[in-house]
Amino acid sequence: MTALALAVLAASAGCRKAKVDAFPASGSVAGWEKTSDTRTFAAKDLWQYIDGDAEQYIQAGVVSTSTSDYKYQGQLEAIVDVYTMGDANGARKIFETDQGKDAKTVALGDAGIAYAQSVTFRKGPNLVRIVAYEHTPATQQALVALAHGVEEKL
Amino acid sequence: MKDRRQFLKEAATGAVLMSSGGRLGMAAMLGETAQAGKSKVVIARDPSLHGTAAQPDEQKVQNLLDRAITAYTGRAKPMEAWKSIVPMDKVIGLKVNGLGSKGIATHPALTMAVAERLQQAGVKPGNILIFDQNAQFLAACGMTINTDPTRVRCIPSDVAGWEDEESSFGVARIRITKIVTRECAMVINLPILKDHRMAGVTFAMKNMYGVVDKPFTLHANNCNPGVADLNAIPVIRNKIRITIGDAISSVYDGGPGFRPERLWYPNALIVGEDRVALDTIAWEMLERKRADEGLRTFEADGRPPRYIATAADATHQLGTNDPQRIHRVEI
Repeated sequence: MTALALAVLAASAGCRKAKVDAFPASGSVAGWEKTSDTRTFAAKDLWQYIDGDAEQYIQAGVVSTSTSDYKYQGQLEAIVDVYTMGDANGARKIFETDQGKDAKTVALGDAGIAYAQSVTFRKGPNLVRIVAYEHTPATQQALVALAHGVEEKL
Repeated sequence: MKDRRQFLKEAATGAVLMSSGGRLGMAAMLGETAQAGKSKVVIARDPSLHGTAAQPDEQKVQNLLDRAITAYTGRAKPMEAWKSIVPMDKVIGLKVNGLGSKGIATHPALTMAVAERLQQAGVKPGNILIFDQNAQFLAACGMTINTDPTRVRCIPSDVAGWEDEESSFGVARIRITKIVTRECAMVINLPILKDHRMAGVTFAMKNMYGVVDKPFTLHANNCNPGVADLNAIPVIRNKIRITIGDAISSVYDGGPGFRPERLWYPNALIVGEDRVALDTIAWEMLERKRADEGLRTFEADGRPPRYIATAADATHQLGTNDPQRIHRVEI
C-alpha cells in the first residue's frame, strides 16, 4: 500500500509540467545568437512590456509572456516572444487575429504563418511571435529556422 | 511676493511657465504666421528620408526638422525658431515613445536632432532630459540612461519616481512622474504615429500615457475619456507645450506594437501646439492609409478615436478637432 502510494505520488510529480525554456541557446540554431536574458511577465504585469496590446492577450487567457533578443550572423536583430495561454483556444484566438491576406503558411507547430519580417505560430497553449527589425533577402528563411528551434523546445 | 509653497505649487502645474509670457508666449509669437483663430499644424515631408536602411539618414532628419520648425514659427533660421520656443535657463523634457519596441519607436535621429538644436540655441546639455516610461522603452528609442548633469540626460520615468499624491481629472486618477512635475519647465512631445488596438490612433495626446504610473487604468472604452482626462490634468496640459510628431515611419494596423508587415513610411514630421488638432490630422493620415490598403475604417473596426472629440469638448478644451479651425501647412 505504501509502495503504491509512493508510486502514484512519483508518477504525479513526473506529470507536473516543468517550466519550459523555449529559447534556443546561442549557436543551437545555425547563425543565431541569443543576445539578452529572458524576461518574463505575469499576466498582471504584461502592460509593462506591451501596454496597449496587453488587453487582447489577457482576454485570451495569457498566463505569462517571455521574451528575448536574438541576432543573426552578428547583424540582423530579432525578438522572440512566447505567450503561454491558459489553453490552446487562447493561442488560436490570438493567432487568427494576426493572419493578414498576405501571410504565407508555414509548417510550424499546430499552425504557422510568415511575413517577410515576422513568423508567428501556435503550439498547444503557446503562441510564438518572432520579429526581425530589418528586411534582408535572408530574413524570412532565418526567422523560420529560429522558429523551428523554438518549436522543438516547447 | 509669492511664498515658496505657492511657487512650488505653481511650478508643479506649469503655471509659472505659462505666466512667463514674452519668450514663451508661443501663441502670441505665432500670431504673425498662423491664420487668425486657427491652430497651426505643419506637416513637413522628405520622400527620400527613409532609404532601405533600418534607420533614416540623420542629416536628412536634421534638415527636415529645421524646415518644419522654421515653417511653424515663421522664423527664417532654425536657431531663431528654437530661441523663440524654449526657455534657455530651464530644464526641457523630451518625451519619446518606445513602447512599440525599436521597430516602431521615436527615431533616435529625431531625438538627437532636437537635442542638438536646443544646445546650439543655448540650452545647457544637462538641462535637456530625454525620458519615457521605463528603461526598456528608452532603449527601444536608441537611448542610453545618463544622469551626468554635464551631458544630455536620459532618465526613465519610473526611475525618477512618481509623485506620492495622485492627480485626477475625470476618470484619470494616476501618479505623474517627477520628471514632469518637478524637473521640467516644459516638455517637447516626440510621439510616433501609430495605429492602436484600443484607442484607434496613438500620437500626441496618447503619448502622455508614458508619464504616469498606471497607464493601463486609462484603457477602458477605447481610451475615452482616459486620453482626454489625462491631458486635462493641469501639469500635463500646461507643460506639454509643443509636439514634434515622428511620422518618419508608422504602423497603420495591429499597433501599438511593431508589425513589420504593416509598416509604412510617411517620411514626415508633424509640428504643432494644439494636441487635438495634431491628433485629428494623425487620425486622417492613418484612415487614408488604411483605406489604401483595403482595411476597414476605425469606426467599422469598433475603435474610432472618440477621445479626440472628447478632448475638444467644453469640459476639456484642449484644442480643436474642427478641420475648418486647423491651419494646415504642408511643406
